[in-house]
Amino acid sequence: MAAASESVLLEIEDLHVVYQTDLSTVYAVNGVDIRLDYGHTLGLVGETGAGKTTVALSILRLLPERTGRVSRGTIRIKGRDIMTLPEKEMREIRGQTVSMIFQDPMSALNPVITVGDQIAEAILLHDKQGLTRVQVEERVEEMLQMVGIEPERKNGYPHQFSGGMQQRVVISMALACNPDLLIADEPTTALDVTIQAQVLAMMRRLQEELGTAMIVISHDFGVVAETCDFVAVMYAGEIVEYGTAEEVLDGNIHHPYTVGLFGSIPSLESDAKRLSPIEGLMPDPTALPPGCKFAPRCPHRMDVCTEQKPDTYLIGDGDLKIMCHLFGEGTGK
Amino acid sequence: MALSAKTRARKAKKHSEVKEVWRRFRKNKAAMIGLGLAILIVLVAVFADVIVPYDRTTTQVAEKRLQGPSSEHPFGTDHLGRDLFARIVHGSRYSLFIGVSTSVLSLVVGCLLGAACGYFGGRLDNVVMRLLDVFMSVPPVLLSLAVVAALGPNLRNLLIAITISCVPGTVRLIRSVVLTVVDQDFIDAARSYGASNLRIIVKYVLPNAIGPIIVHTTMNIANMILSAAGLSFIGMGVQPPAPEWGALLSSARVYMFRAPYLLYFPGSAILMAALSFNLVGDGLRDALDPRLRN
Amino acid sequence: MYRYVLRRLLLTIPVILGAIFLVFTIMSLTPGDPGTLILGMTADKEDIEALNRELGYDKPFLVRFFNYLADIIFRFDFGDSYRTRTPVFQEIFQRFPNTFYLAVGSMALSSILGISLGILSAVRQYSFIDTFFTVMAMFFAAIPGFWLGLMLMLVFSLRLGWLPSSGVDSWRCFILPTATLSAGGAAGLMRLTRSTMLETIRQDYIRTARAKGASETTVIWKHALKNALLPVITSMGMSFGASLGGAIIIETVFGMPGLGTYIVTSIRQKDVPAVSAATLLLSVLFCLIMLVVDLLYAFLNPRIKARYTS
Repeated sequence: MAAASESVLLEIEDLHVVYQTDLSTVYAVNGVDIRLDYGHTLGLVGETGAGKTTVALSILRLLPERTGRVSRGTIRIKGRDIMTLPEKEMREIRGQTVSMIFQDPMSALNPVITVGDQIAEAILLHDKQGLTRVQVEERVEEMLQMVGIEPERKNGYPHQFSGGMQQRVVISMALACNPDLLIADEPTTALDVTIQAQVLAMMRRLQEELGTAMIVISHDFGVVAETCDFVAVMYAGEIVEYGTAEEVLDGNIHHPYTVGLFGSIPSLESDAKRLSPIEGLMPDPTALPPGCKFAPRCPHRMDVCTEQKPDTYLIGDGDLKIMCHLFGEGTGK
Repeated sequence: MALSAKTRARKAKKHSEVKEVWRRFRKNKAAMIGLGLAILIVLVAVFADVIVPYDRTTTQVAEKRLQGPSSEHPFGTDHLGRDLFARIVHGSRYSLFIGVSTSVLSLVVGCLLGAACGYFGGRLDNVVMRLLDVFMSVPPVLLSLAVVAALGPNLRNLLIAITISCVPGTVRLIRSVVLTVVDQDFIDAARSYGASNLRIIVKYVLPNAIGPIIVHTTMNIANMILSAAGLSFIGMGVQPPAPEWGALLSSARVYMFRAPYLLYFPGSAILMAALSFNLVGDGLRDALDPRLRN
Repeated sequence: MYRYVLRRLLLTIPVILGAIFLVFTIMSLTPGDPGTLILGMTADKEDIEALNRELGYDKPFLVRFFNYLADIIFRFDFGDSYRTRTPVFQEIFQRFPNTFYLAVGSMALSSILGISLGILSAVRQYSFIDTFFTVMAMFFAAIPGFWLGLMLMLVFSLRLGWLPSSGVDSWRCFILPTATLSAGGAAGLMRLTRSTMLETIRQDYIRTARAKGASETTVIWKHALKNALLPVITSMGMSFGASLGGAIIIETVFGMPGLGTYIVTSIRQKDVPAVSAATLLLSVLFCLIMLVVDLLYAFLNPRIKARYTS
């Protein structure tokens, strides 16, 4: 695929990431392809350990220095291959083109710096116009207002804010430079349920207002349904199912793993008597099975599944893509 | 039957935890060097009489005063013609005994007070902590010195003096570790099915606090060895002619220019002893650190 | 903020009073009565008893303590030396600066060395520099201070003749003792700084700073350092306590007329008031340094600062 059209913001091709320690090699991401257009939102769903965060960190080139390494594949942002960029140019991308929200707002904010200063830092780091102090302060206040915090609180320290407020601060910091892409890694997991809804609604609103493209990482279909146009389901470092939110969340055709994920969500509407969680555990990432990585847990397992890695098949005439032998030559459902 | 199976399972789990810690400890080169040195020192102390008979530490040979290292006297002889090697070998007993006994003593007091304060809190905690504040307001060496000054310089009083200066820190450490353990749910669970306080402390609190306690005690041995040597050096600890390492250095000072080897060997011995326990303590801390697991 | 300062100041008073009580109690365990200690075993019994009465030794323990305390507070009188029969404070006052310079100088040196090398090692983790300084720190933490002092003296005074081996006549006399005394503290602070720094660098907010596009320099100096130094500052207070204790032994090594040598000779002469007074003075100094350290900590830690400003 060529560096392609103007509308493409992020393009990840065949991304492989490994974590190497003295003891073992963890295969965290095993051939992920993602394409995201300007202004679109993608949900990345999967269990803990599926490699979602690793994909996000790869985009910012912030994998743990000594252990994490992209072993194969390319990542292009606005058509530029970031794998080979010098660190200085990479720093310009971070925070300005792509910014990220981390899971736990409490630990994502520096405890000894005021929230105002932390937001101001993001602005100053990418300031091209030579903003004055006053202008920066104004911008900080504007950002706080945008996420629903009184501007006067900019002189407060993180511990003086509640969890939901802290996450708002983190979001305002991430949006301070009007990034093209915002990566939100489990943005609401650490928050109370009621606060979750508020924060999600706010993110959706800001995304629409600012036209920021977004990748929302979550283990929770609800969060993704709330915020995303497209959904990718990850399992053991691969995207096993990809499609529009409608196709993945409401459609009838799914990867067996996605079916299993749905089965483990309690639903008020369905008449199912009990939850049917997926049997077994994620495969050991240091010793992945050779064929389909879901095969050991799959209720529809065939002989071919344990031997050969499945291809990704385009289903129907929409965007739905599924990586599963069930949809291969004539074996389809 | 079911219960015994459970106990067995728990034992097995504990066993494998110890094995896991050992596995990680073994991989740490510095820690293994430390352990080797510590074992060596312990062996020397235990078998001192086998290595060289005690009377060689006291035998004075007038014509052999201040002779440098030779095959007969590998570390040379002191100002009274006594064999320095023998004196250092037997001196290891003092250092090791002082280091270990004061650490264990302060550990016992520390566990009693620290666990009680951390577990019961309230008035008791307040009183003990204020008391410790007072003890800690006098720098440790000074506190030891004051005790020795009042009681008189000898081995027993040195032990008391060093232990007193070391107890406050130990109590504080154990209290803080206990506090973090007490906050956890399994303590509430144990309380909820009616376990007595003593049982909870002994069976749940202390075992879960054991990591930091072991590390602290190991490091303490090193510190106590250094303190004891320092106090003996200024004449406020073990008194000559006992071959304590600090005391050896004290009497060697006068001859340091003529016979510098009198400084080299006892000093290196103290350094080695302190270093070995520090290294072991460091290694244990790393091996016990749950964040570094896997 | 000043409410915190006030609170902390007030908290220091009972601790100092407690320290006086502690030292007085310990020293009163000294066997023998002052009369005998001053006049000697062979003196006339009645003279001894008369002297004991004069010194108030016939009164109960608590009364003696409150007399002692009152003398200190109202008259700044720490008692008379048994040996010279003159107020101990005179001699202590003369000697105090030597100990003070030695302890403060070595604390400053060990802090500067320890913290900067700790940062350097942490930032260059796994490099040769890191390994080198970590191993050095390991050694210096285990070297007995007095032995290091003797070795330095052997090399720099006796063999090379560069520096004086004893006395306090010029600033050059302080070089060896200060270097000796700061070695252990520097090693301890270096190890602590390194580990807290490494710990801090692993924190999420460091990743946030990187994700904002901050350079490595900004990340280290602006985001990591302040957090990493908080525990280091706390331990600087304890490190000063160790310096004071070490100073006593190091003064003996280098024959410096400071409080340390004063205490040691006074102990030998069973001069109880002298030992008590010198110990107390050093303890008060220690308390004051701990106070400064606590205030510095509160100033740098927004959690404490915020609690008292709002």
